Amino acid sequence: MAKKYELNEIEVWDGNMAAAHALRQAQVDIVAAYPITPSTPIVQNYSKFLADGYVDGEFIMVESEHSAMSGCVAASAAGVRAATATSSQGFALMAEVLYQASGMRLPIVLTVVNRALAAPLNVNGDHSDMYLGRDAGWINLCSYNPQEAYDLTLMAFKIGEDLNVRLPVMVHQDGFICSHTAQNVRPLQDEEAHEFVGEYKPVNTMLDVANPVTHGVQTEEDWHFEHKARQHNDLMNSFGTIKKIFNEFKERTGRTYDLVYTYKMDDADVAIFALGTTVESARIAADKMREKGVKAGVVSLRVFRPFPFKEVAEALSNVKAVAAMDRSAPGGTFGALFNEISAAMLAHGKSPIVLNYIYGLGGRDTTIDMLKGVYEDLDKCAKAGEAVVPMQQFLGLRGPKLSFY
Amino acid sequence: MAKDLKEVKNIDEIKDLGWDELIPGAALFSFTEPVEDVVEVPAEERPYAPTNSHEWQVGDWRVEKPVYNRDLCIDCQFCWVFCPDISILSRDKKMIGVIYEHCKGCGICVEVCPTNPKSLLMFPEHMENEEALSQWPKKEEKK
Ligand code: SF4
Ligand code: SF4
Repeated sequence: MAKKYELNEIEVWDGNMAAAHALRQAQVDIVAAYPITPSTPIVQNYSKFLADGYVDGEFIMVESEHSAMSGCVAASAAGVRAATATSSQGFALMAEVLYQASGMRLPIVLTVVNRALAAPLNVNGDHSDMYLGRDAGWINLCSYNPQEAYDLTLMAFKIGEDLNVRLPVMVHQDGFICSHTAQNVRPLQDEEAHEFVGEYKPVNTMLDVANPVTHGVQTEEDWHFEHKARQHNDLMNSFGTIKKIFNEFKERTGRTYDLVYTYKMDDADVAIFALGTTVESARIAADKMREKGVKAGVVSLRVFRPFPFKEVAEALSNVKAVAAMDRSAPGGTFGALFNEISAAMLAHGKSPIVLNYIYGLGGRDTTIDMLKGVYEDLDKCAKAGEAVVPMQQFLGLRGPKLSFY
Repeated sequence: MAKDLKEVKNIDEIKDLGWDELIPGAALFSFTEPVEDVVEVPAEERPYAPTNSHEWQVGDWRVEKPVYNRDLCIDCQFCWVFCPDISILSRDKKMIGVIYEHCKGCGICVEVCPTNPKSLLMFPEHMENEEALSQWPKKEEKK
């Protein structure tokens, strides 16, 4: 039995430490990992916990992220709880195996510390990796600070392993801004955390030799479509389980989570829609704009996949203008978030003005002043009743202003 | 709810399953009931499930077939070890033939067979085995 880790009521943890403790408390059976900045400390801390006797499971050092996720797939198919962590290029290298994990319905937990994708090489944060994996059939949860990284990682096990879901789960946090910034975190004690997550429930395991199964079979045109439809159906219907587990967590800790995160949206005319640590800056910018009489609010996602179309449309139902903040290189179109929230609103018969801001690529700082500038643009459009600024703009970019449409 | 594939007795029962009837996870069962010590049970006695790839015959992909010559074989088991499709039949470490339902005709068994002349050779698919055996080459002299 693993040793109990004595925790204070309030710990000072960065996002990586918070995620590492959540993996430890979930008593993951197998962590197969390859280090990559900025997520390295998650598995580094984890291996230290293991070396010091605080973990019962196995830690497998592999030679690449492709192998790390492959190891997790194998372990999970064999019938145990598996998890790992990665970022950026490592995440990209895992991409092939991400689809194996979700198609085989293995509830692996992957903590992703978001970082830019090369070239040029860059170790700092943006959301390119998150967007790269968004259609891999995983549940995607977004945290904005170490407390949320801890909470959501614990909840990720319970969500993915639920017998109605049985899908892998990613928990995202921003590289460096969240992963390396120490903040107060209120952890659960070990027994309570483990009791919340619960014992692992194996399903159709490979090591049940009396009932042999083949995993990840070849299906071709006979069954591939049906398997993918089933996977999509269960992913789309996982909202219920996610909400249920958010509620159970709230009952235990008092901390509230919901599919969509809103701030001062009750009477907002203009809103910033963002993911990651920018959400907290946007809240401050919204407060400052409200002092100037602009009814500003913030909307964000807790759950990026499945995409909560209805809740997003509802949250934005009364705004006149909204800024979709994409922290990822747009690659020849509008930002991914812009496309998704525009589609959500259009599908629900809403047509506010939607602007697209590309910001913070490769760790470029995004200040509260810049976000106030976004609100000013939105306010101008809202008052004019049409887009009086370009639809796609680049925030904090050096050189002449870059904008499209 | 998902159909318990372990109870399926006939492949036609699962051919038309809807997406909501499949077991999630692209997982298929090998046997219709638990088999203890499966290695000791001869293939023909195992309760293969219809979803087991053993039940899916791929021999019709073949254009050439390996023919086996008992008179020359030294039972080294190379062909059994190397066949990628488990199509060489071996009992008590004695070769007894090729399972033509599964053999894809890749020729690896012939390649690894060490005897002179070889105890397994590729022949056209349409040729009778007796005819192939009557045409077997003679021992190759060392040069
Ligand atoms: S030809 Fe290939 S598949 Fe057929 S028995 Fe030989 S090795 Fe096996
Ligand atoms: S490789 Fe050739 S000699 Fe060896 S067992 Fe097979 S057929 Fe016989």
